Amino acid sequence: MALFRQCPDTGLFFHKEAENLMKANAVAGVVCLLIAGTLALLVVLTRWPAVHLLPADTFYMVLTAHGICALIFWVILFEIAILYFAGSTLLRSRLATPRWACAGFVLMVVGAIMTLAAVFGGNSSVMMTSYVPMRADPSFYLGLILFAVGALIGCFVYLGTLVVAKNEKTYEGSVPLVTFGATVAAIIAVFTIASGAEILIPTYLWSIGYISHIDPAMYRVIWWALGHSSQQINVAAHVAVWYLIAGVVFGARPMSEKVSRAAYLLYIFFLQLASAHHLMTDPGISSEWKIFNTSYAMYLAVLASMIHGLTVPGAIEVAQRKKGLTNGAFEWLRKAPWGNPVFSGMFISLVGFGFLGGISGVVMGTEQISIIIHNTIYVPGHFHATVVIGTTMAWMALTFLLIPVLFRRKMILPQFAKLQPYIFGLGMSMVAVFHMAAGTLGVARRHWDMGFAGNPLGFEYPATAYLLMGIAGIGGVIAVTGGALFVIITVGSLIFGEKLQPEAGLLQSFGVPLADSAYSDEKPARLPMAPAEAVEADHGEAGFEAPGTFILAMVLLVSFVIYYFINWKYLSEVWGLA
Amino acid sequence: MADDNNTDERDDEKISPWQQIIDNPFLLLFIGVAMPTVFYTLWGVMEVATIPIAPY
Ligand code: HEM
Ligand SMILES: [Cu+2]
Repeated sequence: MALFRQCPDTGLFFHKEAENLMKANAVAGVVCLLIAGTLALLVVLTRWPAVHLLPADTFYMVLTAHGICALIFWVILFEIAILYFAGSTLLRSRLATPRWACAGFVLMVVGAIMTLAAVFGGNSSVMMTSYVPMRADPSFYLGLILFAVGALIGCFVYLGTLVVAKNEKTYEGSVPLVTFGATVAAIIAVFTIASGAEILIPTYLWSIGYISHIDPAMYRVIWWALGHSSQQINVAAHVAVWYLIAGVVFGARPMSEKVSRAAYLLYIFFLQLASAHHLMTDPGISSEWKIFNTSYAMYLAVLASMIHGLTVPGAIEVAQRKKGLTNGAFEWLRKAPWGNPVFSGMFISLVGFGFLGGISGVVMGTEQISIIIHNTIYVPGHFHATVVIGTTMAWMALTFLLIPVLFRRKMILPQFAKLQPYIFGLGMSMVAVFHMAAGTLGVARRHWDMGFAGNPLGFEYPATAYLLMGIAGIGGVIAVTGGALFVIITVGSLIFGEKLQPEAGLLQSFGVPLADSAYSDEKPARLPMAPAEAVEADHGEAGFEAPGTFILAMVLLVSFVIYYFINWKYLSEVWGLA
Repeated sequence: MADDNNTDERDDEKISPWQQIIDNPFLLLFIGVAMPTVFYTLWGVMEVATIPIAPY
């Protein structure tokens, strides 16, 4: 018999087993973020030329661990928690096969520990891309494989939950948009993990000597089907989190279910093809392949992101205008709850992802101009805008939302929680922007010493490049402070936060089930849902009902066009053709 | 549901093809795996595999 409890504050239903798994995955994820953030401080202080903290070998080891721990472990563990939330809580359904879900979680944790142990063992500083012929310890690859298998189990538990919910008729009509977005994330994850298996299993066999040779070009093609697609899981999932938060904080409903779902459909078709943008400069693959997969497919996926970037604030604007905030183009935005970290975190995530991540991403995905910044620190600048400001901040905002709901604890240090998104967002934006600027001057990524001290073939960067890396370093310290604040507030709340329910003890905060008395075996009432076709009746002339959002979108477009042409101008200056 | 019929009779109603695609996660899963496998992976691997080996 499936046991459920209903959150008295939000009305959300939690299936007992699903709830514990959400907690366990989210907490393990935050632990990984803590490790990754600590390592980030060491990395960024080394790349700050005036500080240059670590010696070279430690730098590469720490950089490898930072990338893996943040981008793979933190992001994916949390993603699994989101899948269970979207499948079970939002559909008011029991989770399919909680035992398998538990096994998946254990595999992920064991895999993560194994890989990190290999990295800190010192013989696996191969960066998160682990390009062959660099050879890591076999347990490095094995850990990643176990982690991936665990995540794959999580995806199938989620898909199974969709089937259970449908069969048991826990909802009517189509699944909610947020669940639909989570489904898209799970689908992309299946392809991602399959690609990971295709390349990591042979690489593991090579590392233990069963296979003599792995072709580096082949490795790169298949590895990026994993590396890029995994970032698209994040995009699909954090967009779903944006919709969720817009709904919870403002009661905003999507402007058009149909348009939003169509945009998600574009993700399913095209987003993963854009993996090719990592191979723009690779020899051996034709321009046809590159251009089809990036210029054609990628732009359709970008279009989808722009639709989401427009409909999320648009939906908020419509909801706010209905509440009477109709003065001028931006009263709805000015009077938004900027002191609520759930909203501010989500909105910084949206704007940062669109302006910093989106614009730079299109530039990097354009074959001709991406050559200017290929393999420079511009690349980390770009992806810290997407995976940190975009994804990580969305996860953080959701965490603030869920601490009282899921963990039944009141948040501690509310004054600091208010500031956290601004500190983290500011610091990370500085890292992103100044890394991009330094990259434009040619500063290499993954490089311990931009001064090339003692090298026979040095290179003199302009003094500005050193200054820019220094400012990025300051931004990094601010960001790490914001990240630390997040960990202190969340973990602190789980331990010291006032209990909102007597059953919410200390162990319960970390995944141990609440006492049975908190649950009831009564089935939640069926969830009524609008059909996916619905265009909200009162959104007749879309766009003009949300003029403020329309202006924001135009600002984005103009910034993009200007920036795009600046880059072509740069390109024309790379080779002096007199 | 505009009418107040029993919702279980929904199947009898006309469901648009669009709605049918959107509501079928396993069809979407198939598309989401097939597209990149064909256009990205298979095509890309074929190109790398057909690069001639350099003579010694
Ligand atoms: C807390 C603030 C953070 C700071 C200050 C920071 C800073 C940095 C710096 C300076 C680099 C090295 C760039 C280079 O030399 O090539 C780097 C690499 C990287 N970071 Fe972060 N980071 C932070 C958080 C994150 C988060 C949350 C994620 C993922 C969600 C992330 C993912 C990565 C990845 C994937 C790399 C590349 C590793 C590689 O080249 O193999 N970072 N970060
Ligand atoms: Cu990519």
